[in-house]
Amino acid sequence: MEHLETFLSQVAMSKDEYARLLDMLNREPTEVELGMTGALWSEHCGYKHSKPLFHHFPTTGPHVLTEAGAENAGAIDIGNGWVVVFKIESHNHPSALEPYEGAATGVGGILRDIFAMGMRPVALLNSLRFGPLTEAHNRTLLRGVVSGIGGYGNCVGVPTVGGEIQMHTSYSGNPLVNAMCVGVGLKTSLLSAVAQGDGNPIVLVGADTGRDGIHGATFASVELDEDSASRRPAVQVGHPFLEKLLMEACVELAENHSDWIVGLQDLGAAGLTSSAVEAADRGNSGIDIDVTLVPRRAENMTAYEVMLSESQERMLVIPHRKHLSKVIEHFKSWEINATEIGVVTSDSRVTIREGDEVVASMPLSIMTNPPMYTNDTAIDPIVELLALEDLSLEPDIDPLITTDVLFDLLQSENLSSRRWVYQQYDHQVLNNTVVKPGGDAAVIRIKGLKQGLAVSTDCNGRAVYLNPEVGAALAVAEAARNVIATGARPVAVTDCLNFGNPEKKEVAYQLEKSIIGLSDASRAFDTPVISGNASLYNETPNGQIMPTPTIGMLGVISDAASRLTISPTIGDRIFLIGGTLEQSASTLAASEFQWTRTGRIAGSPSIDLKLARQTGDLVLHMHGEGLLSAAHDIGDGGITVALIEMSFASGYGFRANALNLGERLDAALFGEAPSRFLVATDKPDLVIALGDEYSIPVIELGEVEASRNFSFGPVDVDLDVAYERWDLGLKRIIEQDFVDEGNGDF
Amino acid sequence: MRAAVVVFPGTWSDSDTVWALEKCGIEADKIWHRASDLTGYDLVVLPGGFSYGDYLRCGSIARFSPVMKAVRAHAENGGLLIGICNGFQILCEAGILPGVLMRNSSLQFRCKDTYLVSETFDSAFTSGLDKNRTYQIPMSHGEGRYVASSADLEMLEQNGQIAFRYASQSGLVGPETNPNGSVANIAGVFNSQKNVLGMMPHPERACEMLLGSEDGNRIWESVLSQS
Repeated sequence: MEHLETFLSQVAMSKDEYARLLDMLNREPTEVELGMTGALWSEHCGYKHSKPLFHHFPTTGPHVLTEAGAENAGAIDIGNGWVVVFKIESHNHPSALEPYEGAATGVGGILRDIFAMGMRPVALLNSLRFGPLTEAHNRTLLRGVVSGIGGYGNCVGVPTVGGEIQMHTSYSGNPLVNAMCVGVGLKTSLLSAVAQGDGNPIVLVGADTGRDGIHGATFASVELDEDSASRRPAVQVGHPFLEKLLMEACVELAENHSDWIVGLQDLGAAGLTSSAVEAADRGNSGIDIDVTLVPRRAENMTAYEVMLSESQERMLVIPHRKHLSKVIEHFKSWEINATEIGVVTSDSRVTIREGDEVVASMPLSIMTNPPMYTNDTAIDPIVELLALEDLSLEPDIDPLITTDVLFDLLQSENLSSRRWVYQQYDHQVLNNTVVKPGGDAAVIRIKGLKQGLAVSTDCNGRAVYLNPEVGAALAVAEAARNVIATGARPVAVTDCLNFGNPEKKEVAYQLEKSIIGLSDASRAFDTPVISGNASLYNETPNGQIMPTPTIGMLGVISDAASRLTISPTIGDRIFLIGGTLEQSASTLAASEFQWTRTGRIAGSPSIDLKLARQTGDLVLHMHGEGLLSAAHDIGDGGITVALIEMSFASGYGFRANALNLGERLDAALFGEAPSRFLVATDKPDLVIALGDEYSIPVIELGEVEASRNFSFGPVDVDLDVAYERWDLGLKRIIEQDFVDEGNGDF
Repeated sequence: MRAAVVVFPGTWSDSDTVWALEKCGIEADKIWHRASDLTGYDLVVLPGGFSYGDYLRCGSIARFSPVMKAVRAHAENGGLLIGICNGFQILCEAGILPGVLMRNSSLQFRCKDTYLVSETFDSAFTSGLDKNRTYQIPMSHGEGRYVASSADLEMLEQNGQIAFRYASQSGLVGPETNPNGSVANIAGVFNSQKNVLGMMPHPERACEMLLGSEDGNRIWESVLSQS
């Protein structure tokens, strides 16, 4: 090859890695071989910097049906013959350049991961991070991402039921777009993405192949820089209408004719290359593909381009040879093209032909065995100092300004109502959404089953920054609390590891410690990590993102009709469960209070995982006894924000008892000590008795009343005023670029 | 009573509609858009979705689907026909109902509960409705702003062809209760014979208290009481 260096940089392969390839191959690779190997050895496909840490994860459990990482998504047996599959995945770099299509195709990709397993997608969630919305470019990115998610999800008819958004300066120029999808179906329909059986056809289904997205996997595996905009052709364009047809055809195939096929696989990063090679790897098989058989939408495409195209809305089907025509007919009935492009072989080799010419022929195991790196780790000394700061040395807040502080938090970009976002998403299609966006976790029912599913995504990157191990554990615990607050028991985790460049020591440290913390917390909640995705190299010339190991939590509620919301009724008593009202200043570390008021992050967050688990069990026990009318996790903004959110949801006022707020007013009102819930009950004696049984603090705070007034300690506000600040906070920030034409659409 | 629920490529409310109809005791079959015959069906439903992706104006391609000939014949023979959301858009594009659905005035997709009032009770769809109450039925669309010529509007008003208007929970109709900028808060209209109804909100989603409302069932119960 003439320009080896240029070529290596295009496929993000180092010279050492190239030498390794030469050594394994015993000759120079062809252009196609090098391109395919480079893509499969990229971080995005090969996980070469993260996989060596995955052994920390608890991945098994009595109900786990898949081996971690072995399939497109993790599967959980929920009983009665039903299976739930779910996964979260990133689409960060494409969204940084082209927010609408980047986010849209992120949704498309995660949907295909789910229906590749034969399951029907029933819920989408999104975890988003942007730079501060005071910067116009970040507002543009947010608007683009939200309309891209809606544009795709609304069109395919899968409800977007939840997620979260957080802003921090470190995400400026490198937003995070993590999309999660949940699918359900009968265990008998569960498919594997395997290619097996000598001579079985390899059938490409769906969209024609174009030049879009070539080197997308590579692009996702390097830092963003000034030249990144020139990689815009690496961003794909979504075609949700075709995805909808593809989804129906695949789900129907799995439900009615799973005996016709050996495997079903989606085409994602690195397109046909990763799809075919990984499917063959699962089956210990080889593949023999002729690129001239691949239907195209661009002229004069080379074999290299065909193999690396990331054109969306394509699937690979491996039918049994004798059922090939029926499979093709099936897709035709859904008005979708299906074309045999090659065969499965038993020689464990990758053979790519362009008509009569063989353009690649090498052992498959070389492509699927990228080098694995264990990076040197070191804590960033600046972070070490920040974490050592003693927050009790900071002055407490004046009781007279607590209402102002609350208003600042309620209308802030991080805590204000997300209604502006979720009302742009169809969150009801499929008639399953029992708890809509705006509460803790979303709850969907499963038609034909009594059970329901609760789903939530969470991560406070600021806490992970200060202490990666604790911060990641806090993310798991928060996601678990969100699920528990609906009355569901957490059952499994999916994670999206968003970090900077792992070749830097301080990032390698964050990555390793986060995985350890995430794993410990997952063990504490008995929630195995059954699927996930790593997105590294999230850096711009201005630095790394906050380490953000986003957690997607799945919970199962035994009876969907018994789900709890955050909305109490008049006369209910509200209790604090899992901790005292009085808190030390250390609970302000990484809090919204700290960030909003000081623009700094300092201190040392902490969590007691045993207490976190026990408190969760106590709340579920109370719910099981029918004691609760509402429950809410205490999270961002602390207890005062959580309490007033319950008033916003119900429309009822709240009057607090005389309370001991302790020595630190700021920590008591706005501290974010974990493992705490608010619950509403009309059976206070039984709630107290059960708390005693568990030896967990249960403190009565006050009563829900038919007023429009909210009082809690020194805070005393008109609910309507507070609601307006909170409800329109985000809308006002985002729409400041537009002249309000007064169309009355609030 | 038997209903045909038409499925265009890209339709996604078909299963929800079958679910809601069957809950109310109406047998329902999904009919793929290539069908040419709808005889034997008392009710035809064009459900919501993004037919053909709706990359062009919503419903503008679906109206050419083979099944539309049979849909038109069904309506012309006096059969009951309802278009919901994308179905309403298709009926307008096909000229079976007057007017057109434009981009929401917010220029954004909107998914939220709406409260509807009805003022026409001499139709099969609304005979069981109460003029003194509102109906909580969710909407979910990006292009639901109903617009019609002044002549058509006058005709709709005079003939009682306005099926639903967006209102407040207590029944007030005004600009502040208009979720998409529709003229005169119109959420649904009839044809002149009132055997055809088009509406943007989704009655099939308001079919169980578990999901937040069962007010949509009142429409199907009205239809059922006519048979």
